[in-house]
Amino acid sequence: MTVLAVVEHDRGTITSASLGVLTAARSLAKQMNTKFEALTIGSNADALSEIIAKYGATTVHQAHHSALTDFGPEAWGESVAQIVRKVSPSLVIGTGTERGHEVIAQTAARLNLPASMNCLEFDKGFTGTEPLKVVRARWGGSLLEEAEIDSPIKLVTLANHVVEPTEEPVSASVSVIDVQLDESVTQSFVQDRVERVAGVTLATSPVVVSGGRGVGSAEAFAPLEELAGLLNGVVGCSRAVTNNGWRNHTDQVGQTGTRIAPDVYIACGISGAIQHWVGAMASKNILAINTDAQANIVTKAGYAVIGDLHAVVPAISAEIRRRHNK
Amino acid sequence: MNILVCVKRVPAPGARINITADGQQVDTAFLGFTVSPHEECAVEQAVQLIEKHGGDVTVLTLGPAEAEEQLRTAVSTGATKAVLVPIDTTDWDPQKTSEALAKVIAELETANGKYDLILFGNESADSCGYQVGIRVALKLGRPIVNGAKGLEIESGIATIRRESDAGVEIYKLKTPACVGVKEGINLPRYPTMKGRLASKKVAITQSAMTAETGGLKLITLQRPAERASNTKILGTGPEAASAVVDLLEELGVFK
Ligand SMILES: Cc1cc2nc3c(=O)[nH]c(=O)nc-3n(C[C@H](O)[C@H](O)[C@H](O)COP(=O)(O)OP(=O)(O)OC[C@H]3O[C@@H](n4cnc5c(N)ncnc54)[C@H](O)[C@@H]3O)c2cc1C
Repeated sequence: MTVLAVVEHDRGTITSASLGVLTAARSLAKQMNTKFEALTIGSNADALSEIIAKYGATTVHQAHHSALTDFGPEAWGESVAQIVRKVSPSLVIGTGTERGHEVIAQTAARLNLPASMNCLEFDKGFTGTEPLKVVRARWGGSLLEEAEIDSPIKLVTLANHVVEPTEEPVSASVSVIDVQLDESVTQSFVQDRVERVAGVTLATSPVVVSGGRGVGSAEAFAPLEELAGLLNGVVGCSRAVTNNGWRNHTDQVGQTGTRIAPDVYIACGISGAIQHWVGAMASKNILAINTDAQANIVTKAGYAVIGDLHAVVPAISAEIRRRHNK
Repeated sequence: MNILVCVKRVPAPGARINITADGQQVDTAFLGFTVSPHEECAVEQAVQLIEKHGGDVTVLTLGPAEAEEQLRTAVSTGATKAVLVPIDTTDWDPQKTSEALAKVIAELETANGKYDLILFGNESADSCGYQVGIRVALKLGRPIVNGAKGLEIESGIATIRRESDAGVEIYKLKTPACVGVKEGINLPRYPTMKGRLASKKVAITQSAMTAETGGLKLITLQRPAERASNTKILGTGPEAASAVVDLLEELGVFK
């Protein structure tokens, strides 16, 4: 039986998404009345077994191979596949992240099993052998799908941020498994990297001032830059803006851009198409500035100003400077 | 250089996605269609690569007969050949799709030689399965890396740039190889006059294929619960600035 959690880590540092996966795997194992075990890849992750035990896994399988020193989607997928063959779990859960989806898809392809990505809910009555009903995210989360996975071993990823990590410590035993990796999977390791300089990014900034097609040009973003500066925030944008070449794609908020959850999101001249909204909806407070009182973003936002952003945005900056002596 | 790009026809919803009464599909009665932005960028990347190195870009889709529209759009932006694997629904499950695609690609390669690169979108816009490209690559016995935000090819080595929380990662794959592309890798061009003419003339090769049904089955689609919102209108025009700054102060932005 067994529920097996695949732990995501970056050269030995566990990711926050993994903690949600460990928590979800523990509660599923309880519901199924079976064992909860976890899996780490590469000996640089051996030390994670201590953290994993805090989340309740009774066995940690450590996949070892001299090539496993960094991330490589194919080598990781092959390692998981070999351990799945050995452990025969009924359910394997990975992280709902770029790497997590990739590793579970690699595993599924290698074992010729179905896989369901970005699951938000699992059938509360699932016992382990019957087909598993899940609810998974489609359209980047704009739509939900109730799906059924019909296979002896179910492979899933857990949508990120849906399970709050909670600890329930046990003492875990460790099982080292030497995996076999040939050239067909060892070329796709990370070969080189450029580390990001620390700083506020679109994904982490507490304030985001975004502009859409209504801004009109690359130059017309200057007042938005100014407002973002006064609020210690960053500038974001819609796809209409990146498509016009006004801003870089790294600034795009949405389904195929960045998902953000700032304290304050100010959307200027953005209509609020579903693919944009899905990237912005986790914001704690949304202020829409739009000429159209019927625009989707206006009806969905908590606050709105109806008007021309070219007049409203500079007026806000001027008022901030006046009140705060900036 | 020969490059194949796999694309999927999907509806292009606006403010909300409506579902048909039987819960099986997106209600497309009033919608246009497109491909995922990831795939638009994959086509653009392939076209840029053949502009540099010479060769052909073939676009391949498994979909309804209407998906011809998306193939022709790809040709209008620089793809040179188009292949349709016709099916009588909107899509197949990921295992069935990848089995059929791998078989069609094998047939195409027997006839025309191997593709140096096979590109996919990182995930489809509608079903977001994150797996078809990986399954196809494995069936063809080729390496694959997803999430490409940069892709160059030199002396038979594909260099892939990918973003992570920690920064940028570089991968290198020997061609023939497969790559999952993400939006942002480039800025797709608009159709050119020459491209539009080519897209009208291009012969769409039909390649029927069957495959076995996989183990992931859609039961029903639902819309997520919407956050009820009573929008507070702070004012109209620049006179609203004072109310906006009151709000920002209240929310603690200046602390
Ligand atoms: C698969 C897929 C994925 C996508 N992914 C994304 C994504 O990640 N992110 C994204 O943003 N989009 C995405 N899109 C595109 C999305 O559907 C919309 O086309 C896009 O978000 C529209 O951008 P916009 O709101 O800036 O432009 P529009 O929809 O054209 O809206 C412009 C708005 O500006 C207002 N306006 C105009 N002038 C002014 C003015 N002077 N002052 C104030 N308001 C003004 C108008 O009233 C209107 O509401 C995706 C689409 C698809 C099909």
